[in-house]
Amino acid sequence: MYSQKIIEHFTKPKYVGEMDNADGVGQVGNPRCGDVMKIFIKVNNGVIKDIRFQTYGCIAAIAASDMVCELVKGKKLDDALKVTPQDVASQLGDMPPIKFHCSILGMSALKEAVDDYRKKSEK
Amino acid sequence: MPKVAYLDNAASTKTDPKVVEAMLPYFNEKYGNASSLHSKGLEAKEALDRARKTIAKSINAKSEEIIFTSGGTESDNFAIKGIAFANKQMGNHIITTSIEHKAILNTCKWLETQGFETTMLPVDNEGFVSPEELEKAITDKTILLSVIHGNSEIGTIQDLQALGEVCKKHKVYFHTDACQSYTKAGIDVKKQNLDLVTINSHKIHGPKGVGALYVKQGVKITPLFHGGDHEFKLRAGTENIPGIVGFAEAVKLASKKDIERITKLRDKLIEGVLKIPGTRLNGPRGEKRLCNNTNFSFMGVEGESIGGYLNLKSICSSTGSACSEALLEPSKVLMAIGLTHEEANGSLRLTISKFTTEEEIEAVLKELPPIIKKLRRMSPIDKVVKHVLPKNN
Ligand SMILES: Cc1ncc(COP(=O)(O)O)c(C=O)c1O
Ligand code: FES
Repeated sequence: MYSQKIIEHFTKPKYVGEMDNADGVGQVGNPRCGDVMKIFIKVNNGVIKDIRFQTYGCIAAIAASDMVCELVKGKKLDDALKVTPQDVASQLGDMPPIKFHCSILGMSALKEAVDDYRKKSEK
Repeated sequence: MPKVAYLDNAASTKTDPKVVEAMLPYFNEKYGNASSLHSKGLEAKEALDRARKTIAKSINAKSEEIIFTSGGTESDNFAIKGIAFANKQMGNHIITTSIEHKAILNTCKWLETQGFETTMLPVDNEGFVSPEELEKAITDKTILLSVIHGNSEIGTIQDLQALGEVCKKHKVYFHTDACQSYTKAGIDVKKQNLDLVTINSHKIHGPKGVGALYVKQGVKITPLFHGGDHEFKLRAGTENIPGIVGFAEAVKLASKKDIERITKLRDKLIEGVLKIPGTRLNGPRGEKRLCNNTNFSFMGVEGESIGGYLNLKSICSSTGSACSEALLEPSKVLMAIGLTHEEANGSLRLTISKFTTEEEIEAVLKELPPIIKKLRRMSPIDKVVKHVLPKNN
């Protein structure tokens, strides 16, 4: 059911973990539905310098979280937010249609993290 | 890589090589149509009769009461729709439970679009239906009770005799779906007052696509399939002789000794898995649980991803998590026994068979704990991580 690429990111996620002193943290989802994603970012000069995720969810959710991190790391915040769930899904190869929402969730978590960073830095 | 540890025997089982051997002649030697009046037809007819006898005997029924079908789904449809349409004059109310297989659940749902009414009985936290609740639900319109015997997800074995007595008292037809329990837990149609019993072959090391419905003599039922006069005019279509022969062979091969061995493996598995912190067993323990069923919930991890990592270790399992379902709803059975969404989403079912080895069980007990630990480390759910994982773990 899953592409080789999804299985790779599921089994060996590069960006999994917590981050101390993150500049922005975003969390979306609900354990009731079976998925919660949390993304931590470190920002320097408007660029995502480092990124980590924690995910409670299915194989696709874990792979999508890792792919979101891979795609946006090193990008300017505005460019990072231009990445679409479709980009995440197509980078992962064949995403089963019912799992597409897992990519959406990944990008929503990132957006929350960026919002959180911006709110904090306004102060 | 070790060979595959197959722990999804509730989904389907390996066809016993002895079953395959028994079937083979019926493909290219004894290939006649059991309705034909020549020697080849007779060969097939004899095999059909022998198989029917074997299966009838196994549930204390008469040969004429066994109707061969294409499997559990057809038998369930035949039982429910067949009773509903044949007994409309008696009433339009069907009682079932909240822990049925989809073959029952969706058949009842469809019947609701045809003017029938259904009541789904609740179950307790181990999955048992209470005879008192049943009695309360019966109205003068009730024609049928359908209850799954051994539950496919959590292994609960219902007390058919107690439920059967209530049905007898109120003159309600009694059907049980015994696909999971057949040859594993006792079925005696007389003692348990059963009118209809669904069984199938691929859960008991027989081939797929074969099953039967026991229909007690005198029960008013309408066939699903109309056509020739096969199966006492209750199920038209040339009989699947190789499949039926294989089904009966599988029944003959089932033994008490295997059940004892499987039960020991089950209990070893349960004991071992429960050593993982933050784990619960879903369903009852002991004799009221199917000998081959285990079902666990792990706090803070999602079942599909557990199955994904197990699969990479060549271990086949199953889950009731929302993510694994097309509708993204967790298992109705797990919700019916009172689990929270989180608990149901963290479920893992491991089911054993006579071909399961000690090594396969040991493989699970070795591979599962690090997988749960790894997934919990990935999990953002604080309360889980804090409560369940010891510090610095
Ligand atoms: C309890 C129960 N009923 C019905 C079925 C359906 O049987 P089949 O796959 O033979 O159609 C199954 C197996 O999937 C089952 O476990
Ligand atoms: S996390 Fe539930 S479907 Fe992906």
